[in-house]
Amino acid sequence: MTEPIKTDVVIIGAGPIGLFAVFELGLLDMKCHLIDILDKIGGQCAELYPEKPIYDIPGIPFTSAQGLVDALLQQIKPFNPQFHLTEMVESVEKIGDPLFRVKTDQGKEFECKIVVIAAGGGSFQPKRPPIPGIEPYESKSVHYAVRKMEAFRDKRILIVGGGDSALDWTLNLAPLASHLTLLHRRSEFRAAPDSVNKMLALVGEGKIDFVLGQVLSLEGSDGQISKANVKTNDGSTFKIACDALLPFFGLTMKLGPVANWGFELKNNEFIPVNTESFETSTPGIFAIGDINWYPGKLKLILSGFHEGALMAQKAHRYVYPEKRLVFQYTTSSSSLQKKLGVAPERAQP
Amino acid sequence: MVKITFVDSAGTNRTVEGDVGSTVMETAIKHGVPEIEAECGGACACSTCHVYIDQNWKEKVGEPSPMEEDMLDFAFEVKPNSRLSCQIKVRDDLDGLVVVTPAQQA
Repeated sequence: MTEPIKTDVVIIGAGPIGLFAVFELGLLDMKCHLIDILDKIGGQCAELYPEKPIYDIPGIPFTSAQGLVDALLQQIKPFNPQFHLTEMVESVEKIGDPLFRVKTDQGKEFECKIVVIAAGGGSFQPKRPPIPGIEPYESKSVHYAVRKMEAFRDKRILIVGGGDSALDWTLNLAPLASHLTLLHRRSEFRAAPDSVNKMLALVGEGKIDFVLGQVLSLEGSDGQISKANVKTNDGSTFKIACDALLPFFGLTMKLGPVANWGFELKNNEFIPVNTESFETSTPGIFAIGDINWYPGKLKLILSGFHEGALMAQKAHRYVYPEKRLVFQYTTSSSSLQKKLGVAPERAQP
Repeated sequence: MVKITFVDSAGTNRTVEGDVGSTVMETAIKHGVPEIEAECGGACACSTCHVYIDQNWKEKVGEPSPMEEDMLDFAFEVKPNSRLSCQIKVRDDLDGLVVVTPAQQA
């Protein structure tokens, strides 16, 4: 049993709102660990629309979404936040007033006084492909992620998709499979050209098949797939025999375990908060960004930034109950500037 | 105003008017046309405004952009006449356009 990681604040979600919360909390001397299910920092901005333009960040006429994430990372660098990526928070348990034990699906445990839920639209999870009747096969012979490659040894594998995940797993599993087919609806791929070339080389060597088409339906029994019915672009249909199907159809946001932490969700989607501090119905747990709700709520990044600032003020009272919180401006406060690492060398008169 | 006819998966026709400069998706949403979801709001970041272009209009409407093709990878039963309706701008020369919505949006 490993020791829990002890910190002031656990932030669930490392998107723009979780990132800026580090800044506001850091100015008030609170240390943060951020947990995110993605393998990258930046949430929806980095995952869904990194190259797309954002025009409504105050003071920034134009930024790309990834550019905003990069700028936020620079802004919070002085506070040395700790990131735990490809991990999903499964449970948040109250063990004190306030004190929480936070557990992830990778077995990590945290102990913190404050939990900030900045989970946006929910955690990114593999999208179910639009194949009717797929559900009974899921987790049995249809898999959206590969945990143990050995499980696929000597199997007839069908991989569907045209992005990096589909190509990477094609290359990784080809040596293990008894037979491997990659199926994609077109001959252009979204994946890295080098991966595509390696895949085509395997096709050239007769080691795997690449087929153009889309899966219409599946055949099998008791969750074990036997065939995929495939339609080609000219309308003809045929069957591919397989023992395992790995569809890589991108990611979608799911509320996930947040739904089970005792909040009375608005529309089954959003965590209600007050507008003084964006605290939830559980003292010490806050919700900021797209995941929260209050009268007048707008799902804007600038709103999440504001919510983080007010949240930090209340969080300080829990973490440092004996300290007096003196409101200061970064422009004029020597102590804040010191924390940011921008203090002038000589003291101002 | 440009007339656009949406044919749903049950074969029901709905003809609505679109503003030049808006998109076919925006026209559908504005008029409550069913079977178009537009989860991402028109950013070409999902595949839920997927439509099939009637054969008579395919050439005028044109082919999907590479960005659109990337998102169509996630759509249900993509066909050679598939487009994402958020990427089709309403123009005067599309007056009378007919599109068919698929039985399922991913």
